[in-house]
Amino acid sequence: MTMKRRSFLKGAAATGAIVATGFPHIWNKNMDLARAADGEIKVGVLFSLTGTTGIIEESLNKATLLAIEEINDAGGINGMRLVPIVEDPASDPATFAEKARKLVVGDKCVSVFGSYTSASRKAVLPVFERRDNLYWYPTLYEGRECSKNVIYTGAVPNQQQNEFIPWLVQNFGKKFYLIGSNYIYPKEENNYCKKMLESLGGEVVNEEYVPLGHSEFSSVINKIRSSEPNVIFSTVVGDSVVALHRQYRAAGLDPQKMPMASLTTSENEVAAMGGEAAAGHFTSAPYFMVHDSPENERFVAAYKRRWGDDKVTHFVSEPSYFQVHLFKQAVEQLAPSDITPPTIREAVKGQELMAPQGRIRVDPESLHTWLWPKIAMARADGQFEVLTSSSDWLLPEPYAAYPGQSCTEAGLVQK
Amino acid sequence: MDFFIQQLMTGLSIGSILLLVALGLAIIYGSMGVINMAHGEFVMLGAYGAWAMNAYFGLGLLASLAFVFVGVGAFGFAVERGVIRFLYRRPLDTILATWGIGVMLQQAVRLFAGGELRYVEMPSLLSGTVSVFGVIVPGYRVFIFLFVAALFLVTWFLMFRTSFGTRLRAVVQDRQTAMCFGVNADRVYSLTFAYGAGLAGLAGALVAPLKSVSPEMGGAYVVDAFFVVVLGGVQSLFGTVASAALLGQMSGSLAYLANDTIAKALVLLAIIVLIRFRPQGLFATKVRS
Repeated sequence: MTMKRRSFLKGAAATGAIVATGFPHIWNKNMDLARAADGEIKVGVLFSLTGTTGIIEESLNKATLLAIEEINDAGGINGMRLVPIVEDPASDPATFAEKARKLVVGDKCVSVFGSYTSASRKAVLPVFERRDNLYWYPTLYEGRECSKNVIYTGAVPNQQQNEFIPWLVQNFGKKFYLIGSNYIYPKEENNYCKKMLESLGGEVVNEEYVPLGHSEFSSVINKIRSSEPNVIFSTVVGDSVVALHRQYRAAGLDPQKMPMASLTTSENEVAAMGGEAAAGHFTSAPYFMVHDSPENERFVAAYKRRWGDDKVTHFVSEPSYFQVHLFKQAVEQLAPSDITPPTIREAVKGQELMAPQGRIRVDPESLHTWLWPKIAMARADGQFEVLTSSSDWLLPEPYAAYPGQSCTEAGLVQK
Repeated sequence: MDFFIQQLMTGLSIGSILLLVALGLAIIYGSMGVINMAHGEFVMLGAYGAWAMNAYFGLGLLASLAFVFVGVGAFGFAVERGVIRFLYRRPLDTILATWGIGVMLQQAVRLFAGGELRYVEMPSLLSGTVSVFGVIVPGYRVFIFLFVAALFLVTWFLMFRTSFGTRLRAVVQDRQTAMCFGVNADRVYSLTFAYGAGLAGLAGALVAPLKSVSPEMGGAYVVDAFFVVVLGGVQSLFGTVASAALLGQMSGSLAYLANDTIAKALVLLAIIVLIRFRPQGLFATKVRS
């Protein structure tokens, strides 16, 4: 424990020194080619520590740093230490772009781990594409992106819904009420959901979007009451999730008859709304904190030891953690003089790893990740109960809702 | 018919929450003319007060209401004595100063209580549903409705049936003359501001179990509160009630007929149109300026 903290402090001090000395690269220009000079590999860590999404992104930052410390404590990568350069983009997409440029151009990081929102990922994308650098993105997202400069380790719609929707139809019925926050992610998820329902003979009784941060759901609940769906399919995010669940419960609706099925409710949201408001509702994701595997046991224990006993791990912090180990596995295969973003990208293709959720694999075509979808029910104690686990890892299809389009090594292909 | 009553109830519930949040502002802005941009943060303080009472002293929501009212009220008193009273004749500076206080409060809460969403438990007594005219209504919303009605009556009584209220109205109508008659205008203002802040605190504590508690929650409430007060007519308590009821019914039924995004836009549009043709708001009281 103390050993770990010390090595982390050393890392942090090194980071500080790099920032403080300004532009040492002016005079050692010739060393640029070997980015792993001096037995160190610099990587950027770009999660907001302040601002609106600061709380959730801080947990991603912590999971990333934990993995980096673990790698360094175990002797680094082929004897080279990972040096994390942590920046705070303050939940602001423009700042994300600026900090990304600093990490890629100024600090010459070979990879950056970062982002929670799609808006921030879109903002940094041009930086990574222009410099042909690599961005590691841990969040589940709406798909429809195909960049050879991003490694996507979170789920795309088909990985959360392929098993979830049929399961819901079978257990509760065919009438779905779609409710989401008013932005791109819920709309894309609902597009895919509608396609799935169509093929299953399901019915959408209503599809509606509330403003981000909305907290008054009385009218929505009246509409739900009068349209009597079997399932409320929710992609509401942030504070609104909390308000929706609380008001659902206050209205006396029964999760056993008309459950909410969510793609966005994790252990974090459950803690914020109180276990009894969450109990009986369902979430589909590749990872839950209670998942039973030796890798997860180790991850949860290490996370709590490092950051505090009351901390939870969730379906975005888990990829934040394993993607650093994935990075290590790829870089291990490279000669120290050959560690550059394009060589790392080539090395990570097809790479497999025992993650807390199960064995995952980076798809060589799309650079998205093969994951293990699970369906879980929230319990009153704030944790989930995993009900079904997929029998095999599932191919990521970022363009699943758009027939004829697919993400390949050559980029987006239209058939 | 059921549907109609259901919607009516929903509108009343939304309206009662609006009134709850706006009542404190109606006092502070309406009577004193202070544009208090930190009103939302007073609401937020109330919500955190209820959370802290539970987390540190094990008090339930209902038991903590009195403490929240007194606590946030005392804080309001300090703000008035420390900042606002120097700025009574400088409305622009007041906006800036109270905005600054709001930002500081947000960050202070973030530092001391953490930035994650907090959780205030609904009293188990009120977490069931009741049947009103044959439709199912959440018990807690009925409670809020009754509580707000009582709060309004108390406020009305305070303003129009006590000597404090008489003095306040005298100061509002003509400060100099009131002072000539021996009214301590400073004291009246401090207490009024404290009362308004206390009401905001109560609002925060009461909405907490239905919504989420975070350092940024005040932003949405301050906007709603200003809508209600401006539409109702500054300085008119009954105007505030009428406008809260109107806005509640409008947003409730529009959200039912279309969706919440459209409802929000249409309600805003309606307010703009109304203010355009009736700048003094729905109800106006004549005051010597």
